[in-house]
Amino acid sequence: MTEHLTIGFLPLADACLPILAHEHGFAEEEGLSLGFQRDVSWATVLDRLLYGHTDAAHLIAPLAIAATLGRGRPAQPLAVPFVLGLNGNAITMSTALASRIARSERFEDPRELGAALASEAAARKRAGNRLRFGVVHRYSSHNYMLRYWLARCGIRPDEDVEIMTVSPPFVADAYASGEIDGACVGEPWNTLSVERGVARIVLATAQIWRRGVEKVLAVRRPVLEARRPAFEALIRAMRKAGRHFVDPENWDGNATILARPEYVGGDPALIRRAISDRLVLRQGGEPVHFPDFMFQHSEAANFPWVSQALWLYSQMTRWDRTPFSPGEAAAAASVFRPDVYRSAMHDTGDPLPGASSKVEGSVAQLTTVGTQQGVITLSPNTFFDGDSFDPEKIEEYLVRLP
Amino acid sequence: MRIAIIDESTTRASIIEEGLAQLPDSEISILTERQGLIARLEAIAPDVVLIDLGNPSRDVLEEYFAISRALARPIAMFVDAADDEAIEASIDAGVSAYVVDGLSAHRIRPLLDLAIKRFNAFARLQTDLAAAEGKLAERETIDRAKRILMDGKGLSEPEAYAELRRKAMSSSRRIAEIAEAVVTAHDLLGDGA
Repeated sequence: MTEHLTIGFLPLADACLPILAHEHGFAEEEGLSLGFQRDVSWATVLDRLLYGHTDAAHLIAPLAIAATLGRGRPAQPLAVPFVLGLNGNAITMSTALASRIARSERFEDPRELGAALASEAAARKRAGNRLRFGVVHRYSSHNYMLRYWLARCGIRPDEDVEIMTVSPPFVADAYASGEIDGACVGEPWNTLSVERGVARIVLATAQIWRRGVEKVLAVRRPVLEARRPAFEALIRAMRKAGRHFVDPENWDGNATILARPEYVGGDPALIRRAISDRLVLRQGGEPVHFPDFMFQHSEAANFPWVSQALWLYSQMTRWDRTPFSPGEAAAAASVFRPDVYRSAMHDTGDPLPGASSKVEGSVAQLTTVGTQQGVITLSPNTFFDGDSFDPEKIEEYLVRLP
Repeated sequence: MRIAIIDESTTRASIIEEGLAQLPDSEISILTERQGLIARLEAIAPDVVLIDLGNPSRDVLEEYFAISRALARPIAMFVDAADDEAIEASIDAGVSAYVVDGLSAHRIRPLLDLAIKRFNAFARLQTDLAAAEGKLAERETIDRAKRILMDGKGLSEPEAYAELRRKAMSSSRRIAEIAEAVVTAHDLLGDGA
């Protein structure tokens, strides 16, 4: 019997896995029929999930944790049995700001760029006109990645610059009207700002944290328990879609599908840039290859590591300026559900890690890790400042952060 | 009670405004522009903010409320768990309400009920309009298909229509679909005349 699932999403390239699972028949193979609900704000995607308009949602990972902890609205427990991808975002700067501090035609060095930005930010603050950055949501990895980078470069995110929320489809407009000097957003919205000549891509978020968790598949916990076989089937279908997605043979076809108005919309050639990890950084420039700009499949990319949820929680307490609470940390950790991922992928031969948590940022070179089935080789997952995050020692971590 | 309506559709905003004007002592402001939204909200200092669910500024608004709370300004989102039913109804209708702390519950409920009614009224209007437009387009396609059959096969108008209907019945499809197929085939294969 075919079971139907409705999935909410925002028009972004990293909504690709459920969409391609549907379009290429991987969902059907697993006995699922998928429907989609496109929205333009994360608040709406979350509302529709919480009130049952959708069965699952493409969601920014920290928002799934915030909803569970009851930040900004009454707590409702969400579950994340699948990570839709790692990174895939970029930091852009207005052409005016980039021309003052960016040096190369490539992705910049995060430390050098940070130092140049620090003096620029100080000058603008003295002039009473602080630099303003846009992020897609308060509870987004975009916000946390940008703040992590700024803070380590000596820029206090709430004092020295301003950070505001701008919806992804309106980032280019915000540059054009002079509302923002920089932004952190997903594709294809960086590329669109580049094409309009209003901004330049200066960093990939992968340069800040090489394996940073990005969008997740979020489900209400009771719904996941009630319909677990359907969600396990969805997990398998999305893994197959991921294998298809990373094959260069399929880049053109997938870009064309995602470019349809009911999905991301826009020009397939622009969407293809993110899919193929080849971004054009400035208007009229040559494509620059950044390996794993989007990271949707290999190295257990979709495995919900509990340590990733805890890193996000550490940043949430840091920037919401709330005290660390072991109870909240446990609740945040419980959002990510490696157990569901494991039972879905068990017997498929797809590699499964032996552990469910790891020290984030600790792999500096290719490393083979212990597995439950298959072989996994992890490539570097470092933070740009060389720090690492031990999920057993969150309080110590918070103390040493700037 | 000061109410701010954020809606990029001016038609819908005025339908809501008209409905809410029934509330005693209400002072309604309508914001249709995305830019400068927060500054205008601050100037209005509303007790209640109504925004349609599909508005991309919702994230911006929630951010603003969160920060205002941190600054100890008495603003909260209307998401009291006790009002689950009301929230669900409002989401079904496509409206989100954000209410300033201190507004008593018995004043919120009628306001929200009214807003939901007006949103539903607008949705019905839209559906009727879309249906009417669809019918009009179908009518034009059927007329074109009839003309093609009349010119191509030398049929009279009633005969051309009967032909379309016969084909529709034998293939269990709608006449409009058959007409569409005739027009498409003609555009592809015809002499373009």
